[in-house]
Amino acid sequence: MIPAAFDYVRASSLNEALDLLAKHGDDAKILAGGHSLIPAMKLRLSQPKVVIDISRIADLHSVNQQNGKIAIGALTTHYEIESSDLLKRACPLLPEVAGSIGDVQVRNKGTVGGSCVHADPAGDWPAAMLALDAEFEIAGPNGSRTVAANDFFVDILTSAVEPGEILKFIHVPATANTAAYVKFAQKASGFAIAGVAAVVDKTKKEVAVAVTGVAAKAYRASGTESSLRGVEPTADSIATAAEKAADGIDPLSDIHASADFRAHLARVQAKRALWAAVSRG
Amino acid sequence: MSTTTEKPPVTKSTQKYIGRAMKRVEDPRLLKGVGTYVDDVQLAGVVHAEFVRSPHANASIKSINTDAAKKLPGVIGVFTGADINEKAGTIPCASPLPGGKSPVHTVLAGSRVYFVGHPVAVVVAKTRAIARDALELVEVDYEPIPAVIDPEKALEKGSALTHPELGTNVAFTWGLAGGDVDAAFKEADRVFKLRILHQRVTPMAIEPRGCAASWHSGESSLTLWTSTQIPHLIRTLLPGMIGIPENKLRVVTPEVGGGFGSKLNLYSEEAVVSHLAMRLNRPTKWIEGRRENAAVTIHGRDQIGDHEVAIKNDGTVLAIRSNIIADIGSYLQLLTPAIPTLTGLMIGGCYKLKAVKVDITGVHTNKMSADAYRGAGRPEATYIIERVMDYVADELGLDPIEVRLKNMPQSGEFPFTTITGLQYDSGNYQAALEKAKELAQWPRLLKERENARAEGRLFGIGLSTYVEICALGPSKIMAAGGWEWGCVRIEISGKVTVITGATPHGQGQETSFAQIAADRLGIPIEDIVVLRGDTATAHFGRDTYGSRATALGGTAIAMSIDKIIEKTKTLAAALLEAAPADIEFAEGKFFVRGSEAKSIGWGQLASEAYVAKNLPPGFEPGLEASSFFEPPNCTFPFGTHICAVEVDRDTGQVKILKYTAVDDCGKQVNPLLIEGQVQGGIAQSLGAALMERTVYDENGQLLTGEFMDYAIPRALDIPEYALGSTETPSPSNLLGVKGVGEAGTIGATPCIGNAVIDALSPLGIRHVDLPFTPERVWRAIQEKGGTL
Amino acid sequence: MNISVKISVNGVLHEAEVEPRLLLAHFLRETCGLTGTHVGCETSVCGACTVLVDGQAVKSCTMFAVQADGTEVTTVEGLASNGEMHPVQEGFWECHGLQCGYCTPGMMMTAVQLLERNEAPSRDDIRHALDGNLCRCTGYTHIIDAVEYAAKKGRA
Repeated sequence: MIPAAFDYVRASSLNEALDLLAKHGDDAKILAGGHSLIPAMKLRLSQPKVVIDISRIADLHSVNQQNGKIAIGALTTHYEIESSDLLKRACPLLPEVAGSIGDVQVRNKGTVGGSCVHADPAGDWPAAMLALDAEFEIAGPNGSRTVAANDFFVDILTSAVEPGEILKFIHVPATANTAAYVKFAQKASGFAIAGVAAVVDKTKKEVAVAVTGVAAKAYRASGTESSLRGVEPTADSIATAAEKAADGIDPLSDIHASADFRAHLARVQAKRALWAAVSRG
Repeated sequence: MSTTTEKPPVTKSTQKYIGRAMKRVEDPRLLKGVGTYVDDVQLAGVVHAEFVRSPHANASIKSINTDAAKKLPGVIGVFTGADINEKAGTIPCASPLPGGKSPVHTVLAGSRVYFVGHPVAVVVAKTRAIARDALELVEVDYEPIPAVIDPEKALEKGSALTHPELGTNVAFTWGLAGGDVDAAFKEADRVFKLRILHQRVTPMAIEPRGCAASWHSGESSLTLWTSTQIPHLIRTLLPGMIGIPENKLRVVTPEVGGGFGSKLNLYSEEAVVSHLAMRLNRPTKWIEGRRENAAVTIHGRDQIGDHEVAIKNDGTVLAIRSNIIADIGSYLQLLTPAIPTLTGLMIGGCYKLKAVKVDITGVHTNKMSADAYRGAGRPEATYIIERVMDYVADELGLDPIEVRLKNMPQSGEFPFTTITGLQYDSGNYQAALEKAKELAQWPRLLKERENARAEGRLFGIGLSTYVEICALGPSKIMAAGGWEWGCVRIEISGKVTVITGATPHGQGQETSFAQIAADRLGIPIEDIVVLRGDTATAHFGRDTYGSRATALGGTAIAMSIDKIIEKTKTLAAALLEAAPADIEFAEGKFFVRGSEAKSIGWGQLASEAYVAKNLPPGFEPGLEASSFFEPPNCTFPFGTHICAVEVDRDTGQVKILKYTAVDDCGKQVNPLLIEGQVQGGIAQSLGAALMERTVYDENGQLLTGEFMDYAIPRALDIPEYALGSTETPSPSNLLGVKGVGEAGTIGATPCIGNAVIDALSPLGIRHVDLPFTPERVWRAIQEKGGTL
Repeated sequence: MNISVKISVNGVLHEAEVEPRLLLAHFLRETCGLTGTHVGCETSVCGACTVLVDGQAVKSCTMFAVQADGTEVTTVEGLASNGEMHPVQEGFWECHGLQCGYCTPGMMMTAVQLLERNEAPSRDDIRHALDGNLCRCTGYTHIIDAVEYAAKKGRA
């Protein structure tokens, strides 16, 4: 319950935070909403010597739309996304996913950036970010770089953010409202056993389907997607496509769900997410 | 509000409070955040204890090095078993069974650890944070030994032994037989076998345990504040362990944040903290973390039962023959052996069986001890017999209600003596069943099921008719007294102080006992204060568990009031210049029979009794009485639960659509509190039915050691209820009360289980093990070929 | 290295030098002496420690006191005003929304947040809003009743 002792520094700008990171190196951890870091510290699974609090850097705390692209500051809380009118209109998948994360208290404090960088294989955001082809703008000592969602989630608890770097913005496209996220939650923790985000483009007859909770990292269900490419998304075509939602995947297994069951749930939830998305159009 | 509950029963005019749904007097302090739980107790100069715990389920300890921890600034001491065990006694079991074998249970591990979380050493420091830091610096060299985990394998010849010195993993065997079992099986038209598992569960009170002790060196006395259900039992047991006389120990239970049986124990930490406070002459506090709570506070249930049932083709259940293996973990805690015996006693449920034979084997494994968790043995029994009833109906193609009615005793048959010799005090099982059917809108439910099934949906209806054994109990069946104590004092001002030895911890007896006292004394409830939870105030008590507080503690209070009234009649007679035999008492007034206009009340009488200038000859000053109530029998609450569920064929997810419960807990004192007990009990039972299970892996690692992995129900899991009651007074106490603390946890699991299996029955599924997690249900469907 | 913080709790400014690792829950309980905020788990699940920080319900066990520097915190002790119970407190009392009372402060703070965001919640809205607060005694139904009561009272 009580973390190991550490020193605390509050950064008032991104540059200051980057300087502090450069100075303290591996001894330091970045604190945003704290909802991944602090639980780990309380269990002493994480024992940083220095904690750099970036939560008050105002310019990373925003949702803006420009030229059809939406930029979300890494420090934006889940609740701010859940309740954002702009996102409800322009990218409704994100508020829907936000609303399914944890509970009210967690959503009030936890941040989208912190959650993505933490890269929990059962986190909800990776599914949404993959399905939206989000781009992650990462600041480092030598300036910024942008990483596509597909390359951002590297492995269990590993994202593309390198030591010395800080995630700045997440860029997502505006979409139609034919998008949905359905989650089969682990009963105790609320994390995803199988969470599927689906974005359907009815005009182009294309779908994006991403699955979280099932494998060591979230993935795009490419078999499902190609099965629906150029095809009218009907109950039948969706059901056939959803059967491929766990193809080629090595599912996780634990006391909450075996590998078989996870793979099965990926298929069930893919069907439900696609159907929900289509039904919204 | 959408819980439908019928109106409370009409009360007699002399009963202004009993039977009324009254809000609680204890609530304002809790709502304002100024209630004092054990961690809120402020003690000047307090030091903090933290325990070094075994990460292994089974290991020998090669060495412990405490040097580095002792050197950490702020650390006051680090103590191992070698330092403490001889001075802090051994953890008692109050219910050993004849012929049982149990290991010596020292407060800290000796040369070996037997379960994950086993305390190995204790660190004491100026702050909790330093104590926590010091834990990391204690070096324990373990040599792991393969763990004994599966209780059935543990019984096989050549199995590794949990406690090698016992020479066996069998902790005890216990048997119960009534009637001629062989004859009943011979008489049977059919015999079937059923294997029923009742999984291990974790109580998870939201306040973990904790205690603080303060040594008063001047008086050589100790005060122990502890989050427990049983201050009085601790005061009986602890002094001998730590080497002080009983009258030098005061045990205080401040507010207790939930117990459910998990705080019905004397734990190592209480003995160690008490010992340390004396040894260090510093107030010492320990607060359990949630992960400790999951690992080292007792678990519940965990039985494997093989049952053979003899039936007639008309649905008569003749006999049950059961072999039950109880996985009791590594040590016997206070009531460990008693719990499965309650299963044996109640296995016949509310039915007239001709014969019963139960054999129970308690098995030691490298896990935390199993002990009393809400219901304690009766949920297991009820689950078995209620699954059996549905199985019989299914086997014979009969209506499950008809099968139950066929086997129930009629209301005229009470007191009803079961084939194993229990005397069910009173009952009308048919009435509760009938009422539940009505509230559940039974015909409509059947129609809904028919329609749902026609659409291919997995819709099920479940039923359970239960009886439980409560108000434990007569001293002859209890280890250290089954009575309860109460004291009533009319103060000089006429205000009334009620003291109870039953130690409520959330059940609301500060209110319900005041209701009982106010009616009996005929005074406003506002004039009464109920004290509890401090052995310096409540001199005697056997505490709260087994749904006993109101039936026994409430009666002790009523008895005390009756004594005061009798005594006061003499004083009133003198003041009214009449013969004591002519004095009557009603609604708070004493008067001469026939002339009610001229009366005197408690205010004046109390003043006279204490000022003591006009007392009749031989009248002892003061108006106080205390009573020990020794019940002649336990009570046997009963009821019927009905629910409807729907199973998601694709995910195995169970949704409870509607839940109806009719509970008969005898005379009702406060229907609002009863409703709360029922709803809370059903929720825990729903957890056990659908999501809760304590999991150890094959190495004895606890995989459900926190709320991230051990699910308990949340608000979203709770269905809307239709609740009702019948009121069949118990003849076992003068209030007619039976008790309701465990009814929900006893009636609901089988009700939900039967509903889920009914929902799956069109697929040919007849049995699924508890708990009905999505994966388990989905697998059962898969095995029958029900696909996506 | 200790850090100096200024945190307004229930309208009273508390200034203290704290260890960075001090959780807000422990700051409230130990530094401010406000023991109404309870701690029931170690993994940010149970919600017993819920308080409002600048009006937002948060789990005070998952926030360091140093993060709360300069904020306004409301705890259960700050719910009543002028000796009058908050409608949520009143609802819990009237509807028997508590038994052991341990989860109650956090449960009520979450309910306060809900009613600020939604003055007329349905029973299902209430269930969803309380998803981050565990209760082992009541079975939640009376809590849902209590929040409904408070909502009606608040609108009246």
